[in-house]
Amino acid sequence: MSILSYNGGCVLAMKGKGCVAIASDRRFGVQTSTLAMDFQRIFEMGPHLYVGLPGLATDTLTVHERLRFRLNLYELRESRKIKPQTFSAMVSNLLYERRFGPYFVEPVIAGLDPVTWEPFISAMDLIGCPNVPEDFVVAGTCAEQLFGMCEALWEPNLEPDSLFETISQALMNAFDRDAISGWGGIVHVIEKDKVTTRLLKTRMD
Amino acid sequence: MFGQAILNDNLPGAKQHHWSPYTDNGGTIVAVAGDDFAIIASDTRLIQGYSILSREQTKLFKLSEQTVLGVSGCWCDVLTFTRTLEARMKMYLHEHLKPMSTPAVAQLVSTMLYHKRFFPYYVSNIVAGLDQDGKGTLYSYDPVGHCEKNRYRAGGAAGAMLQPLLDNQVGLKNMKGGVLPDITKEKALMVIKDSFISAAERDTSTGDGVIINIITKSGVEVMHFPLRKD
Repeated sequence: MSILSYNGGCVLAMKGKGCVAIASDRRFGVQTSTLAMDFQRIFEMGPHLYVGLPGLATDTLTVHERLRFRLNLYELRESRKIKPQTFSAMVSNLLYERRFGPYFVEPVIAGLDPVTWEPFISAMDLIGCPNVPEDFVVAGTCAEQLFGMCEALWEPNLEPDSLFETISQALMNAFDRDAISGWGGIVHVIEKDKVTTRLLKTRMD
Repeated sequence: MFGQAILNDNLPGAKQHHWSPYTDNGGTIVAVAGDDFAIIASDTRLIQGYSILSREQTKLFKLSEQTVLGVSGCWCDVLTFTRTLEARMKMYLHEHLKPMSTPAVAQLVSTMLYHKRFFPYYVSNIVAGLDQDGKGTLYSYDPVGHCEKNRYRAGGAAGAMLQPLLDNQVGLKNMKGGVLPDITKEKALMVIKDSFISAAERDTSTGDGVIINIITKSGVEVMHFPLRKD
C-alpha cells in the first residue's frame, strides 16, 4: 500500500458566494488500526487562511511546522498578511524543493484574499503541482468518493449556511465508504468577518 | 558455450513479452429497487486503455420479462458469462417448464462465478428485477460470486464515486429524520441520471450515453439519454 494511505484521512474545500469552506475527517490510524479520533489535519495559517494536509501523519506535522516558519518570515519581512495565492505558491515551492524525496502530503488550501475578500481554493499533489479550480478540491484516501459527492452536490454561489450543509454531506457520505477515513469530521466556513468552526458527529465505525 | 548463450538473455535490448488474459473495458452500472419496480442503468462507452472502442454498447442484458443483468469489466468475460448464463437459463426453462425467477437467477450467477474461483470472470455484476411477489429486488456481486441483496447499488469503474451519492440520496444516510417510505420511480430516475452526469465528469471510462431499463410487472421499458462524449 502507498505511504500516502498509511495513516488514512481526507480533506475537502469548496468555494461559495463570498465565502469558502474547508473540511476534514478526524481519524488517525496505522493501516487498519484506529489510534485517535481527534487528529488535526487542518491548520489555521491566518485569520482567513487555512491549510489541510492529508497524507502521512508525520509529514502533516513537519510540513505544517515548516510552513508556519516560512509564513512567519514572510509576514515579518513584508509587514502584511499573505494572500492565499502567494501562500499556495509558498506551499508548492516547499514541496518541489523535495522533488526527489518528497513529503507524503497532498495539501489543500482555502482562504479569502485579505484585500479583495475574493474566495480562493487550491490543491496540490505531493511534489507541489498546483490545481486552482473554480468549484471544489479534494484530497486523501477517499478522493474518488469525494469527487462523486462534490460533482453531484456542489453548485455556484452557495451562501455560507448552504455551503456548510453541502460540504458536510459531501464529506460524511464519502468517508463512510472509506475504511481508513472518518471517525468524526470538522468543518471551517470562512467569511469576511467571521470563521465558523463546527465538529460533525458521525458514525464511528 | 552454447548453454551460456542461452542463459545470457538479460542483455540491453532484450525484450520480455507479457500477455494477460484480462483487460479493463471500463463502464459503470447503477441500479435502484423500489416497492413494485427495479431500475438498472449502464453507460454506453466501451474503452481499452485511452481508446474508445464503442460509444453505443449497452452493458445491460435482458434475461427474462422480469430480470435484467448489468455487467461491466473485461468485455470478453462479459460476453462469455452472459452467453453461458443465457444457455443455463434455457436449460432451466426446458427442465422446469417455467422461466427462472429473479432470486433463482441471482443464485445461478453466484454459482457460475464461483465455479471459476481460480481463473475468475473479471466482471462486476448487478442483477435487477422483480421477485415472485412482484417486489423490486437487486443483487450485486464481486468477480468470484460473493452476493449481496441491496436496495441500491453502483458498480463498475465509477462505482466508488457513485455509491456514496446513492447512500445519501436513496438510502438517506446522514440525513435528519426517521426511515422514509420506498423511493418513487421518478426520484430514482432523477438520481440515476444525475449520478451518471457526475461520473462522466470525472471518470474517463464513463460517458457517451446511458441506457436505462425500468422493470415493472408489465415488462421492461427502455430509455436512453446522452452524456458528454469527450
